[in-house]
Amino acid sequence: MTNPSANPTRPIPGRPRSKTAQRVRERLIQAGLVGCALFSILITASIVVILAAEAIQFFRLDEVSITEFFFGTEWSPLLGAEKHFGIWPLICGTLLVTAVAMSVALPLGLITAVYLSEYAPPRLRAVLKPTLEVLAGIPTVVFGFFALTVITPGLISLHEGFEIYNAFSAGIAVGIMCLPIVTSLTEDALQAVPRALRAGAFGLGATRFEVSVKIVLPAALSGIVAAFLLAIARAVGETMIVALAAGSSPNMTLDPRESVQTMTGYMVQIFLGDASNYGPEYLSSYAVAFMLFVMTFGITVIGQKIRKRFREVYQ
Amino acid sequence: MMEPSEAALPEEPVATHEEITFKTDLSQTRPSEDPQDLDAAVRVERFSSWYGDFQALQALSFVIPENRITAFIGPSGCGKSTLLRWINRMNDLVPSARAEGVLELHGTDLLSSQADVVDLRRRVGMVFQKPNPFPKSIYDNVAFGPRLHRKLSRSETDDLVEQSLNDAALWDEVKDRLKASALSLSGGQQQRLCIARAVACGPEILLMDEPCSALDPKSTAAIENLMATLRQHYTIAIVTHNMQQAARTSDFTAFLYQGELIEFGATQQIFTKPEQRETENYITGRFG
Repeated sequence: MTNPSANPTRPIPGRPRSKTAQRVRERLIQAGLVGCALFSILITASIVVILAAEAIQFFRLDEVSITEFFFGTEWSPLLGAEKHFGIWPLICGTLLVTAVAMSVALPLGLITAVYLSEYAPPRLRAVLKPTLEVLAGIPTVVFGFFALTVITPGLISLHEGFEIYNAFSAGIAVGIMCLPIVTSLTEDALQAVPRALRAGAFGLGATRFEVSVKIVLPAALSGIVAAFLLAIARAVGETMIVALAAGSSPNMTLDPRESVQTMTGYMVQIFLGDASNYGPEYLSSYAVAFMLFVMTFGITVIGQKIRKRFREVYQ
Repeated sequence: MMEPSEAALPEEPVATHEEITFKTDLSQTRPSEDPQDLDAAVRVERFSSWYGDFQALQALSFVIPENRITAFIGPSGCGKSTLLRWINRMNDLVPSARAEGVLELHGTDLLSSQADVVDLRRRVGMVFQKPNPFPKSIYDNVAFGPRLHRKLSRSETDDLVEQSLNDAALWDEVKDRLKASALSLSGGQQQRLCIARAVACGPEILLMDEPCSALDPKSTAAIENLMATLRQHYTIAIVTHNMQQAARTSDFTAFLYQGELIEFGATQQIFTKPEQRETENYITGRFG
């Protein structure tokens, strides 16, 4: 008997494993996991820090005033003798493209999600949902091409007021790009509504439409709002499509037929070499990036908060 | 358009339930009746149903008598719930389900493909196993069904909600917070709210699919006492796994086993001197 404490009637074969080796291995694995987690947090944090640091450097420049940046309505860092850094034209362009995109993506995505979740037979749904998610895998530059070569000529042939580069065309393309996110997240929210609620409503003599609109949609409302907010954050941050199709003229306009420049579009323009290193225009892109970060971060946080509240309802 | 509802709503004050005690064991006090002598709410004849290739019900023939409580007992998978799901056409939502034979509610063919399913479901109230109030206010839960089918004025709706909650013995507990979320109620209250919701549509029959299986004994007693009151105005069909509950609450009992109707008769007779061996084995707990 090698181990006196073991049950004497039934010896177990083999010799005991080293406890020390076991403990060391556990420690190492845990350290590795913590390291990986810390690494990604560190990267994110350092991005924020660098953004903030460069933005502060921008605001310290003599030709820049903070009031002008936040309240100015002229953005002309590259042209003319006197440079203006008022961010509103860029925010305006971003919001214009986002508004067009959302007026495409939200209704269409919501209706598609209701169809998939409440109406489509299971077999059709099994085909449709993955097909739609393929749309999410298309590189955004393809959507940009599509906007420039298909949507814009189409729009111009319908109405003469459109410029070659315009917010409307880019907005539609961004909307199509966001469609799978909206549909997929909204459908998840609808599916999370308990079957029993539908059965209860059907049992009272509600039609399929009444069940969808009066029971399922209200019950899933917070999930749907969260899905919408995530889609908006995605549209605000979208770069490639707007860089290709929306143009690069920072206009303070609400007319979607005109050429605009978005915050992301401006950054692309600067970093693709239109500006000299460490000039005010170069640093200005960090300030714009920081603003963009604050906007998308805010939208995402609100979205997550609403989602969390929504999860608790049925538990 | 002027009448508040087409439901036969009760005028009598409804019993309140302070104590946990069950009312008198009804199976002892009720006279044994022959179901054939009573008016039929639901008539079932040579009724069979299938899910795909699986035959869930095999040529059932019986009647559910008007203004009585009929209990359906039997082991899991015997077809009790399937039968209820046919009566309110919930099986329409199951693509592979089909049925043959006769199934009538007050003479209306429930199986006809031309039947107005939405109207049928209004005529048949359903209470589910787990309370499933809508995530709306208590008031809106009760008003939901009637609003689907009728145009109601504000005061008509108010009256109907009060009457229905009274029918479900819930009014006194919730009258001060009708605008509160239904999800803030306890499980037993939620289930009574679901009964009020069903009653508000003025159903001809109330189907209860194990209505107490998710409830504690006190709430169960409240629901059972409520059933005794509802019996005056409604026909009730209840599916239950609880033998005592069937014995306590029902006038008639149907024992189903593997999709067949083994025995149907007065509850007192089924529980004291069953004619079939399987029935006796089941109610004495020898299997099931």
